[in-house]
Amino acid sequence: MARRRGKVDAAERLKLAETLLETDDLATCARCALDWLGRSAGVARGLCLVGSQESPSVLQPVATLAVRSTRAQSFTLDLETHNDPLVAATVRLEASIFGRNGRPAPRTPLESSRLIAIPLHARQALEEYPIGLLIVAPIDPEIETEAKWVAGLLGPRLTALRAAQRRQEGERRSLRERTLLYNIINAVSDPVLLTDTEGRIIVANARAEVLLSSGEDDSEGRRRAVALNNMLFSSALTRRAIEGAEPWRHELLLVDPVDGSDLLFELLSTVTVDPREGTGIVSILRNVTDLRRATQEIEENYRKLRLAEADARAERDRLDLIIDSVADPILVTDPNANIVMLNAPAERLFTVDPAAGAEARRTVQANDAHFSSFVSNLFFEPGALRRSGSIGLVDPRTGAPLPVEAISGKIVSEHGEVTATVTILHDRTEELERARLYEQLKRASSELEQKVREATAELTRQNELLRRSHFEIERASAAKSQFLANMSHEFRTPLNAILGYTSMLLKGVTGELTAHQRRNLERVDSNAHHLLAIINDILDISRIEAGKMPLTLTTFDLKDLVAEVLAEVEPIIARSQLAVTSQLAADVPQLKTDRQKVKQIVINFLTNAIKFTPRGSVEVRAGSMPDGDQIAIAVADTGIGISAEDRERIFEDFRQADNSPTREYMGAGLGLAICRRLAGMLDGAITLESEIGRGSTFTLVVPREVKRA
Amino acid sequence: MTPRRTQAAKEGKAAAAKSPLILVVDDFADNREMYSQFLQFSGFRVVEAQNGHEALEKAFGHAPNLIVMDLSLPGLDGWEATRRLKADDRTRAIPIIALTGHALAGHSKGAMDAGCDAFITKPCLPERLLEEIKSMLKG
Repeated sequence: MARRRGKVDAAERLKLAETLLETDDLATCARCALDWLGRSAGVARGLCLVGSQESPSVLQPVATLAVRSTRAQSFTLDLETHNDPLVAATVRLEASIFGRNGRPAPRTPLESSRLIAIPLHARQALEEYPIGLLIVAPIDPEIETEAKWVAGLLGPRLTALRAAQRRQEGERRSLRERTLLYNIINAVSDPVLLTDTEGRIIVANARAEVLLSSGEDDSEGRRRAVALNNMLFSSALTRRAIEGAEPWRHELLLVDPVDGSDLLFELLSTVTVDPREGTGIVSILRNVTDLRRATQEIEENYRKLRLAEADARAERDRLDLIIDSVADPILVTDPNANIVMLNAPAERLFTVDPAAGAEARRTVQANDAHFSSFVSNLFFEPGALRRSGSIGLVDPRTGAPLPVEAISGKIVSEHGEVTATVTILHDRTEELERARLYEQLKRASSELEQKVREATAELTRQNELLRRSHFEIERASAAKSQFLANMSHEFRTPLNAILGYTSMLLKGVTGELTAHQRRNLERVDSNAHHLLAIINDILDISRIEAGKMPLTLTTFDLKDLVAEVLAEVEPIIARSQLAVTSQLAADVPQLKTDRQKVKQIVINFLTNAIKFTPRGSVEVRAGSMPDGDQIAIAVADTGIGISAEDRERIFEDFRQADNSPTREYMGAGLGLAICRRLAGMLDGAITLESEIGRGSTFTLVVPREVKRA
Repeated sequence: MTPRRTQAAKEGKAAAAKSPLILVVDDFADNREMYSQFLQFSGFRVVEAQNGHEALEKAFGHAPNLIVMDLSLPGLDGWEATRRLKADDRTRAIPIIALTGHALAGHSKGAMDAGCDAFITKPCLPERLLEEIKSMLKG
């Protein structure tokens, strides 16, 4: 090998760089680099070690220069080995010079005691493992410079090639796996699909394609069937998304696009979440058409069988039940009139308990004889199939006569031969008894009917009397009210004069009065006013009772009404020297009722409260009842109170709690009676709470709105 | 003399010259004269009538400033008399206060329908009537 001294020219360097870039093979690349070093830099021997693809920490020779290949092949460098000078030279950035300054060279295939080892790095940085190691000999500053330069080119290039190799390898493997997977999926005889969450198919195997995809040149029918299947499939997936069970199983009916027949599938779908591909749904359709058909057939057959069996059993049971439940004796006889079968009721007539007495035995024999003669007659009538008639039997247990109706029928074989007769005996005792009872009932019923008719007539008559008397009472009541109204008028005219003249006298119209005269005249005045109040009350009551008190409905504020009442009663309040206050709830709604009547009631409560409260206070309260439809107006006092027995009485006409003739408290005693009537007219009510000596509370509760006019 | 009396008397004298003329119609003399007496005391001039016919006659003859009409009158009753007065050009403008002892609602309605300008239920104290007359004459 020629050894050239002096600078390597730039063209050669460029050529090497180009060659390395053009070469795609790792080993070739390394060989080119070594050849170039031998040719241009005077390297005598060289070796390039590169980490293998499988284990990058084990460096193996890929190219040699003037080294025997057999020697090189067996040489490897394990970077995990400690205390190996070559390993130390590899896992650093700088070149290492061996065989100088007392540093012995390690054993290498170069078999040289002086050599330069340069690590091959992807870039000028310490990586986990360098891609390889370049070893050249001899040591020489120029060689060292060139080798370092080549290593700077070779390191990144080899790394790039190894990476490309690795990538290609990965792609190959992935393609292989893909093909394998697709073949597996295709080999599955059930349709398998991967869809996105919208139901669009991403992957489908051949079976799924047959059902769910069609091409341009497919027949119209096939395209339609495929479209329908797609629709059914995506709607099933949509339902799956809604129901969200995991994993999810659902029956899906699709159409075979080839022959148009129905195919029943069991759809099994599972959600897969792939970080790159997003959420998908893997669906497997299992064809259960035949399975389902067979199952249904078996079920249907089994059901029919069971029905038939049940029918047969029911039929037999019914027959047994009928025969057993028939209260009438049934007997089967052979052609010789011998009894061959009988039911329980028949046994009682035609068999005898061995323990029974002679009398019973005789009775049974007699019964038997009667029956035999009846049945025998049937045999003697060749054409007749049936015979009925009465037989007089006797009950062997009681000895009572037992009239029966007997019906016999012949049982004829296929050959026209009489094989047996069946006879039913029907006890007529009950029938006769029923007929008698029915007669009795009919008689009783007609008697009852007659009584009802009479009672109804009486009731009608009583009603008529009642109606008349009611009418008369009404008329009398109206007459009474009219009389009271007239009388009230007659009272008013003279009272007007009394009150008028008294007032004038007190005013001094006719001259001055002495103190005594004035005092007496004031008594006349006060009594005349009292008389007027009584007359007004009587008139009110008679008007209410005569129905002449009209309701005048208006809408108004309770607040205003209470203020008005307080203003009107003010003179009395002032005289009483009581603390009279009002307490109105803030949310009292407007009332629609007869304002004048409510006012009259409240005034009455208030004047009563003042009248019967010697000291303390009186409070007017108003607010909504809890139901919101009613309003309560209450007047509470701290007065004398009302005893329990008087609490109802004070609402009666002409009543006061103190019923003595010389009453301490003036008034006709009609106020509360009128209030109660007025409250009734407003669909309301008055309640009273009181305690003797502590005071009373009168409360008027009325609907917020009176419903009728 | 009470202060009140002095005041009333003064008023009476001051108004005597051309004080308003009131026609009081009532068949019951005690009531009629009572109102008449009190109105005169209060400074009014008063003419009286005791039935419907007389009321019409006095109204046309004296042209009073106001009429106090009791409704229950013998013969021609108060409603009819009012209707006639209100139908006549000479007396149409005279305000009429109806008086009745019947406290039923129908009475007030009938009186207003007949043309009465106000309605008072008996018993009516003379001073109450006076107030009503004053307020009507002012209006």
